[in-house]
Amino acid sequence: MHIPDGFLTNEVAVACALPALGAVAYGLRRAEVDLDDRRVPLLGVTAAFVFAAQMLNFPVAGGTSGHFLGAALAAILLGPWLASLVLAVVLAVQALVFADGGITALGPNVFNMGVVGGVLVGGLMLAARHALPNTRTALLGVAAGGAWLAVVAGAALCAAELAISGTVPLSTVLPAMVGVHMIIGAGEAVITVAAVSAVLATRPDLIHGPVPAVTSPILSTPAIGAR
Amino acid sequence: MRLFTVLALAVAIGLAAGVSPYASSSPDGLEKVADDKAFLDQGRLHAVQERSPVPDYAFPGVTDPRVATGLAGFAGTLLVFGLGYGVVLVTRRGAVTA
Repeated sequence: MHIPDGFLTNEVAVACALPALGAVAYGLRRAEVDLDDRRVPLLGVTAAFVFAAQMLNFPVAGGTSGHFLGAALAAILLGPWLASLVLAVVLAVQALVFADGGITALGPNVFNMGVVGGVLVGGLMLAARHALPNTRTALLGVAAGGAWLAVVAGAALCAAELAISGTVPLSTVLPAMVGVHMIIGAGEAVITVAAVSAVLATRPDLIHGPVPAVTSPILSTPAIGAR
Repeated sequence: MRLFTVLALAVAIGLAAGVSPYASSSPDGLEKVADDKAFLDQGRLHAVQERSPVPDYAFPGVTDPRVATGLAGFAGTLLVFGLGYGVVLVTRRGAVTA
C-alpha cells in the first residue's frame, strides 16, 4: 500500500503529513517515558521485524499480492505513538534506500500504514482493558480484529486521498481498495496473532500496558506457576 | 532483554534474507488497483530516489535475483534495527541532559 510520488496532490500530501508528523513527534517524546532501560531495544527490534515481514508478499486473489503492515503489532507492543514512530522509521528507509513509496508521499504513507492503525489498535486495547477480561484470548482477539481493521481503514483512507487528489473517482477506487485489503487484512491478522503469541510465550511483560498473561492460561498453568 | 533482542532479530533477518526471495512477486493491493484503474503510470520516482542505493530491494551488482533480494533484506533489516535503536538512545540522552 506504498503510495509513490505522483498519485497525490501536494495539498493532500501535506494534509496527511501534518497528523503523521504530530504522531511521530509525540512518539519521540514518549520514547523517553515509555521505554525504560530494559525495553530500549524493543523499538528497534519491532521496526526490524516489521521491515522484514513487509518483504514477505503473499498471494491473494487474481494475480495480486499483499504484505504485512505491522501497525497493529507495533501498537500492541509499544502503544500507538511509538508504533507511529516504528512505521515512520521503516517507511523512511524503504523510500530513501529502496525507492519503495514516495518521498512527498511519505507523510500519507506513515499516516495510512502507521498512525491510523496504531491509534485504532491502541484505542481497541484501551477499550478491551475495560470491557474484556484480562486474558490471553482477549488480547489475541483484539490483535486479530485490530490488525484486520487497521489494514482496511488504511486502504479506505488511501482510496479517499487518491480520490480527493483527483487521481481516480472514489466510487471506482474505494470498493477496489477495500475489497482486496479485506483479504490482505486476514493475512495481517494471522501474522499479528502469531507474533503476539510468540511474545506472550517468551516475554509477556513486553506487551504494552497491563500484562495480560498474569491471569492468562499460559502463566496460570502449574508448571510455570510453580517457578 | 538481550536474549529476546537477539532471537527476534535473528527471526527478522531470517525472514528478510532467507524467505523474502521466495515471496510473491505479484503487484500488491494498491499497485494492482492502480493498474486496473489506469493510474499506475502517474507514479514516478522522486529525484532523490534516482540515486537510491538499493532500488526495488535488489542489491546492486548481484546477478542472481534471489541473492540480490536476500542481501537487500539482510542489509535493510539491520539498518532499520540500528535506526530504531539509535532514535531511542538519542531521545533518552536528550532527556538526561535536559
